[in-house]
Amino acid sequence: MSDQPLFKVTIDNVTVEVPAGTTILQAARQAGPEVAPPAMCYYSKLEGSGGKCRTCLVEVSKGSEKDPRPMPKLVASCRTTVMDGMEVKNYTSERVLDARAGVVEFLLINHPLDCPICDQAGECHLQDLAYEHGKAGTRYEFQRRTFEKHTLGDKIQLHMTRCILCYRCVMVADQLTKKREHGVLDRGEHAEITSYLEKNLDNEFIGNVIDVCPVGALTDKTFRFKNRVWFLKPLNAHRDCEKCCGKVTLWNRGDEVFRVTARKDQWGEVEDWICNDCRFDKKKTSDWVIEGPREIARHSVISANKYIGLKKPTETIDEVIGKKPRLFMDINKVSGVNRKDIDLSLIEGPAHSIDFDKDK
Amino acid sequence: MKLLLENAHIEGIRFFEAYRKHGGYRSVEKALKMSPAEIVEEVKKSGLRGRGGAGFPTGLKWSFLAKPEGIPRHLVCNADESEPGTFKDRYLMEFLPHLLIEGLITSSYALGSNATYIYIRGEYAWIPDILEQAIQEAKNNGFLGKNILGSGFDCEIYVHRGAGAYICGEETALIESLEGKRGNPRIKPPFPAVQGVWMRPTVVNNVETLAAIVPIINMGGEEYGKIGVGKSTGTKLISACGNLNKPGVYEIPFDLSVEDFIYSDEWCGGIPKGKKLKACIPGGSSVPILPANLLLTTAKGEKRLMNYESLSDGGFQTGSMLGSGGFIVLDEDQCVVKHTMTLAHFYMHESCGQCSPCREGTGWMWRILKNIEQGKGKMEDIDLLWDVQRRIEGNTICPLGDAAAWPVAAAIRHFRDEFEWHVLNPEEAQVRNFGLAHYADELLIQN
Ligand SMILES: Cc1cc2nc3c(=O)[nH]c(=O)nc-3n(C[C@H](O)[C@H](O)[C@H](O)COP(=O)(O)O)c2cc1C
Ligand code: SF4
Ligand code: SF4
Ligand code: FES
Repeated sequence: MSDQPLFKVTIDNVTVEVPAGTTILQAARQAGPEVAPPAMCYYSKLEGSGGKCRTCLVEVSKGSEKDPRPMPKLVASCRTTVMDGMEVKNYTSERVLDARAGVVEFLLINHPLDCPICDQAGECHLQDLAYEHGKAGTRYEFQRRTFEKHTLGDKIQLHMTRCILCYRCVMVADQLTKKREHGVLDRGEHAEITSYLEKNLDNEFIGNVIDVCPVGALTDKTFRFKNRVWFLKPLNAHRDCEKCCGKVTLWNRGDEVFRVTARKDQWGEVEDWICNDCRFDKKKTSDWVIEGPREIARHSVISANKYIGLKKPTETIDEVIGKKPRLFMDINKVSGVNRKDIDLSLIEGPAHSIDFDKDK
Repeated sequence: MKLLLENAHIEGIRFFEAYRKHGGYRSVEKALKMSPAEIVEEVKKSGLRGRGGAGFPTGLKWSFLAKPEGIPRHLVCNADESEPGTFKDRYLMEFLPHLLIEGLITSSYALGSNATYIYIRGEYAWIPDILEQAIQEAKNNGFLGKNILGSGFDCEIYVHRGAGAYICGEETALIESLEGKRGNPRIKPPFPAVQGVWMRPTVVNNVETLAAIVPIINMGGEEYGKIGVGKSTGTKLISACGNLNKPGVYEIPFDLSVEDFIYSDEWCGGIPKGKKLKACIPGGSSVPILPANLLLTTAKGEKRLMNYESLSDGGFQTGSMLGSGGFIVLDEDQCVVKHTMTLAHFYMHESCGQCSPCREGTGWMWRILKNIEQGKGKMEDIDLLWDVQRRIEGNTICPLGDAAAWPVAAAIRHFRDEFEWHVLNPEEAQVRNFGLAHYADELLIQN
C-alpha cells in the first residue's frame, strides 16, 4: 500500500489524494457526501457491480496531468478509475445534472412512485433521486410494464414492477451464497428478475438480497407492511452466531423487534452480511445484546426524529404540574388496535382488523 | 479491382480442391515463413480498417494485444452480422468459406491464438456446416491442426452458433455469449485485448476484415495500402438493398462515387420504375440516414464517395458513416417515419436491458414513433422524441444505445417536415400504405 503512488483528483473543486486504481466514485465518497454521485447499482462489497444504472455519470473536464484533454462522453464514475491530476465535475456540471435527470426519468417510467404504500419508503434511493432530480409530472404517456406476481420463498417477496434491474441481488446470490438460483430472464424492457423454474431462494445467506435492493422490489416477508421505518428505532445489537458476524441493526418499537437488518454504512451499503437466522428468526429482544441506538447517517426520512444527542428532560409531568395528572382516557382500553396482549411484530404479515377481533 | 470476390463465381470454389487450384492458401504458406510480428507489421502497413462497423485500424488493434508469458491468447471471428441491411459476411462465408479460413489461420498465427472461434449468428443456420466442412478440409490438407505445414504452429478453429441476438455482435457481449453466459456487454475497461475470452487477451474481428488478411499477405501490406483513397485502403464489400434494380453484395473500390454506385449499370442499376431517390442509410441501420442531396454531394459540394472519410464528411453535421456497408436505399414513395419506427422497434427488441437509458428509452422512442406514424401524434411529440434520443446517446454501456438514437436523430433532423405532416394530416397518415406496411403492422400490433 505504502509504495503505491497517490493520485490527486479534484471533484467539484474538492481535491483528494487516492491510491491508483481508485474509482472516481470512491474518490468522491472520500471527498465527502456533498460531491459524491448517487449510485443505484454499484455496491462496493460486490465484485463487478456498477456501470448499469447510469445514475453516477460524471463529466471528466480534465483527463489527467499528462493528458489534460476532457473526456468527450460522460463516464460512469463507479467504473472509471482516477488519473493523476484528473478534474471531475459532478453537481457543478449542467450536462451531468441533465443526464441524471434523464436517467431518473427513464427509471421512473417503469418504477411506480407508490412510496405511500411501498415498504421501502424512507429507505429507497430512487425515492431520494426522484425527489432531487425528478419532476412532478412525467412525459411518458404509455402503458407501463406489468408482471405476474412472483414469490421467492417464504421469507422474501419480489415486486418485479418496482425492480430497476441493478443486478445487485443477482450478484449477492452469486457471490455470497455460491449457489445462484435466480437471475435475469429475457432482455430489454422485458427483462425480469426471476428464480430458476419458480424455485424458492433458501440459502442461509439469501436474506441479504433484501438489504442490497436499492428500491422496494425485494422485501422481508416477516416485516413488510408491519410498520413504516421512520416509526421504528434502530438499535445496534449483537448475538453469538455460528454462521455470521451476528452484528445487526434491530428496528424496534417499544420492546418489540419488528425487523432485523445488517448494519449499513453512510452510503447505504451493508457493513457485514448476516445470516437468515439472525434476520428472520431472532425477533425477541432477549435474543440480542443491545449496544445502544444506531445513528442513521443518510439524509433520508429515517434519520428524522431519532433521539441521538437528544437531552432527556429530567422533570416528570408530576413535578411540572405539581400533582399526579388525571387520566381522561386509557388509549389501550379504548382503541381496538392498541391491545397490550397483541404483539404486532409477531403477527404473520401485515395486521388486519381480524387480528384485533375481541372474541378471538 | 476485386481482392475478395474475384473467384466467387468459380464452380466448386467452396471446396478445398478448387480453392487451392486457384491460388488458395498461398498466404498461409508465405505467412508461416514470417514472424508473427512481421505479419502484424504488414497489416499495419496495409492501413486496413475493421469492416465490422467502427472502422478501427486492424494493425493497431492487433498491436494492442497483451502478450503475457504463459497465458493463451484468442482470436474470435465476429460472424454475428445482425445489423439490419448488412448481409455481406453471409455471402463471403457461404461462397468463399476457405477465404475466411485462410485469413483466420494467418491471423491466428500472427496473434498467437491456438484456439480460434467463429461466432456465427443462429439464423445463419446452414452456414456453420459449410464452415465446418472447410475447416475439416483445411485440416486434412495440413493447414489446420497440429504443426501446420511443419511450422510448429498449432491451431484449431471452432464454430460457435449464437442463438440469434443482435447484441451478441457487440464484441464484449459476444465474448460473454461465447463463454456460455447471457449476452450482456461488458463494461470497458478492461478491453478484450487485455481480458477477453476466458479472461485471456483476445482480438475480435469481423469476417470481412479477416478475409482481407489474405490479399494483404499475398500482395504485401504496402501494395494493399496503395489501393483505395486516403485512409480507406483496399476494397469493401457493400450489401445493397432497398429500392434498387440490382440489390446484392458488391465489392467496391473506395473511389467509387455514391451516385455511380446507385445508378450505374455496373453496380446497382438505378431505382426501379425510374423513381426518384429520396434517402439512403449508407452503412447499416444504425448509421444516420441521409437525404438524396446530401447523399450525393458532401458539405463542401464535392461528389460523395463510397469510403470512410467521404461518408462521414470529416465530421460535418450532414455526415453519415460507411459503417458495416449495409446500403439501404429509399425511393420517393418511402415513408421515413415508418422506416424509423421499424428500426426503433428493432432496437427496442434487441436492447440487452442492462442500462437504464437504453432499456427504457428505446421502447419509449418506438411508442412515440408509432403514435406519430399512425397519425395519433402531437407536435410536441417530435421534440419529446428528440429529447429522449438525446438522453440515451452517449450515456450507455455499449454503442447499441447510440445505434438506437442516431437513426431517430437523423430522421428528425433531415425529415422533420415528414413527421409534422403525420401530425397535421392524421387521417391521411392512417390510410397511407407503404410496401412493408402490412407486415410491419402485424409485427408491431402484438406489442
Ligand atoms: C450492438 C452492436 C452489434 C454489433 N454487431 C456486429 C456484427 O454483427 N458483426 C461485426 O463484425 N461487428 C459487430 N459490431 C462491432 C463489434 O463490436 C466489433 O467492433 C467488431 O467486430 C470489430 O471487428 P473489426 O475491427 O474487424 O471491425 C457490433 C457492435 C455493436 C455495438
Ligand atoms: S430486485 Fe432489487 S436488487 Fe434485484 S435487480 Fe431488482 S432492483 Fe436490483
Ligand atoms: S446500451 Fe443497451 S444493449 Fe448496450 S449494454 Fe446498455 S442496455 Fe445493453
Ligand atoms: S452506480 Fe454507476 S452506473 Fe450505477
